[in-house]
Amino acid sequence: MKVTFTVNGAAVSADVTPRMTLADCLRHELHLTGTHIGCEHGVCGACTVIVNGDAVRGCLMLAVQAQGASVTTVEGLSLEEGLTPLQEAFKHHHALQCGFCTPGMLTTLHALLSEEPDASEERIRDVISGNICRCTGYVPIIEAALDARASYQQARGDK
Amino acid sequence: MKPASHHAQNTYIGGHIERVEDYRFLRGEGQYLDDVSRPGQWHAAFLRSPIAHGRIRKIDASAALVMAGVHAVVTANDIEGDIPTIPFRRPNPTIGPYAQPIIAREKVRYFGEPVAMVLAESAELAEDALAAIVLDIETLPPVIEREAAMSDKVLLFEDVKTNVPTVFNADKGDADAAFAAADYVIRDTFYTQRQTALPMETRGLLAEWDAKLGKLSVSGAAKLPFFNRKAMAKMMKLPEEAVDYIELDVGGGFGARGEFYPEDYLVAFGARKFGHPVKWIEDRREHLMAIGHSRECSSDVELAFRKDGVILGMRGSLYINIGAYVRPNGMTPVRNAAQFMSGPYRVPAIHLDAYAFVSNKTPAGTYRGPGRYEGCFFIERLMDQAAAGLGIDRLEIRRRNLLTHTEMPYPLATVLPSDGRAETQCDSGHHLEPFELVVHDSKWAEKSALQGTLIDGRYHGIAIGSFIEGGASGPQENVRMELHADGKVGLYAGSSAIGQGLETILSQIAADYLELPMDRIVVFHGSTTYLKEGWGSFGSRATVMGGSAVLDAAKKFLAAFRTHAAARLGVTIEEVTVSEGVARTADGRSVPLSEVIADGINVDGSFKNQTPTYTYGSSFAHVAVDAGTGHVEIVDYVVADDVGRIINSMTLHGQVMGAAVQGFGSVFSEELVYNDEGQLMVGSLADYLVPLASDYPVVRCHSLENWPSPTNPLGAKGAGEGGIIPVGGVVANAVANALSSFGVKPNVLPLSPSRVWEMIEDARAKV
Repeated sequence: MKVTFTVNGAAVSADVTPRMTLADCLRHELHLTGTHIGCEHGVCGACTVIVNGDAVRGCLMLAVQAQGASVTTVEGLSLEEGLTPLQEAFKHHHALQCGFCTPGMLTTLHALLSEEPDASEERIRDVISGNICRCTGYVPIIEAALDARASYQQARGDK
Repeated sequence: MKPASHHAQNTYIGGHIERVEDYRFLRGEGQYLDDVSRPGQWHAAFLRSPIAHGRIRKIDASAALVMAGVHAVVTANDIEGDIPTIPFRRPNPTIGPYAQPIIAREKVRYFGEPVAMVLAESAELAEDALAAIVLDIETLPPVIEREAAMSDKVLLFEDVKTNVPTVFNADKGDADAAFAAADYVIRDTFYTQRQTALPMETRGLLAEWDAKLGKLSVSGAAKLPFFNRKAMAKMMKLPEEAVDYIELDVGGGFGARGEFYPEDYLVAFGARKFGHPVKWIEDRREHLMAIGHSRECSSDVELAFRKDGVILGMRGSLYINIGAYVRPNGMTPVRNAAQFMSGPYRVPAIHLDAYAFVSNKTPAGTYRGPGRYEGCFFIERLMDQAAAGLGIDRLEIRRRNLLTHTEMPYPLATVLPSDGRAETQCDSGHHLEPFELVVHDSKWAEKSALQGTLIDGRYHGIAIGSFIEGGASGPQENVRMELHADGKVGLYAGSSAIGQGLETILSQIAADYLELPMDRIVVFHGSTTYLKEGWGSFGSRATVMGGSAVLDAAKKFLAAFRTHAAARLGVTIEEVTVSEGVARTADGRSVPLSEVIADGINVDGSFKNQTPTYTYGSSFAHVAVDAGTGHVEIVDYVVADDVGRIINSMTLHGQVMGAAVQGFGSVFSEELVYNDEGQLMVGSLADYLVPLASDYPVVRCHSLENWPSPTNPLGAKGAGEGGIIPVGGVVANAVANALSSFGVKPNVLPLSPSRVWEMIEDARAKV
């Protein structure tokens, strides 16, 4: 089946089987391997991508369901060069070790902070509790997210 | 908090240095195994035994073979001659018959054991084909728990006549005499549940066979690529040079990833037999049944005391369920549990028997702090019970028994039969220092009033405990240092990266000793193609062993630079001094490093050491227990350790904190449950409950460097595991303290809400 949608601002189309997940389509058909697969049953959050503004599990959505949607992956959150304030905050607070869960953490937090740049620590903890990290113990991830709020608040002000 | 800039020698070591790895990870540019593909590659999927114990009658793959996209099905019948067994990392005289064959031929011995491999055009088609294979197994009675296993009524290995491959004896002094002379003895039984490391990236491999060159390349290496290359070459009957292990980015290890597993051989076998690259990556359900399990240990142990609270001796038995086979590192947790149960305490007389028994469960291996987490739980529970029994304050009884600097080096129990680690000793330290730091920082004195009190419907409790952590596993590590054409220094390390920040750590050490900015150092690691021989990253060794090898290479690199500079300047080597990348003479002439590129610098460094390091420390927990639901909240948790010398305070902090939170999963929620038939009842991350961001928000870590290790030129100690070691004992003691009015004894882990609730209800029923 042919599916056409937008990924990171560019129109794409792929020939997929009906059972192919969006995560597999992004990784294997479109070669965007920044989206990782940790469990394939919607628990770990490593495959989280942003679909029409919402954080979505790429392993629980079929590629064909993305028809006409706008999808953003970790590659799309990144600059040509250098790091975004959210990425910079992760680096500064040592909010990643092996890096495998990191793309899903970044997409989840980007979706949250874009909507709610003033999100409280409790709110951030609650939302990010859908993403499993085995390395850090989460404390630095929360610190990084709190730090990154300023840039999202500024972005809102700039609009 | 900013990255340190380069000013003078030794500005990087000890700093809070942001990681060089992070840039690519944060941009989604990491290259993990499943991110790599090869033209013409086939995908593997494994048919695994659905029966825990049985005899294979028939495997019929004919229906699978005719399915579209299916290329081949490999079973034991496709392996010529004897089925290879996986070599041991630490052999001992009795474990030979228990080695794991790379595929089941006559018998299956655990739920999940590979019996066939499908090779197909895609992973999906390979998985579809699994369902079309007819597997006929005659079931045998499963051996699941200790009593059944140790009775030897049903044998896993009929030829050997026992389900107990090894009993390790840990001895020091005369334990029976110590108990005869004791004023007070505390004895109890304990259990730590079966767990696994659960890295976020599941395991996988990509194998390629070059028929023309006769070479096998295995991508997806981790932990110890050089050992695995030897093992693969031996099993494949290839010369070692014909096998390369290639390390990509690795999504976490924690002791489990990177050991040699049966699938590793089969994937490579497929690539060699059919001439196509073969890729395999586990799904999560498969991961839970295939990767090494750990921690399933029960014990009956006792401590003897003088009436003033001084420990006189320790005695008892440990029983470790190692699953169906002895895997390469399967005996390490058994040996460790016996050797390290005395932990940070002065125990002059010890006799422990550690029984390793096989069962029809997934074979066990190591998980962060192997054996040490278990032993620490046992002894810390005994210490708190002894304090109560003797009427001595819980802090005071520990102060009277913690090791001090005047006793270093302090020998631990000798463990036989020897697996190469019979004897060991704590290398340096003063255990009262992190202990008192934790007492102070936790506000113990203030919080003492809380013990057992009911506040807003929850019982509060506190506890403190201590640990030692082994590191710097020998015997050697190698690095090569080369001056590249762009003026950068290439560092080729035998150590491997498993997510711990190896590139940053080795760059810091090299940059400091070469007196160059960190961005002039480029680290290549983990692949067997970089060095003739290397060892890897296990037993918290990369910083100490790899880092010390970097020092050796840096010294030789600078000597070579001096030699080249002297020749160019027409002076003797002695007339040249080198600093900050420039060679100078006394009369003011100079040659920068970039000018000797054409002369070539390529030096080997190594570090040999058979003496482990022992980081040590203490931790504190304040818990609140809801007696109505059994839920336990960690109100506060503090851990302090002394790591000899801090190389990177940021990554060290990350290791300690991450390990502590993993420990909360161990204490409260993670358990690999089997039913009576030996079926693994845990199939997803919705069943195997690891900590989440909302679970344990308060963890505080402090690291000291008061007592450098005398074993290595850095003075550093391995520090990747200590954070997890005390969590079981300390949290269980805090729960016991909170529920002291009920008199409960939390001696069985995990302390799940249901278990805590049941303990309370049982205590209430007795009143």
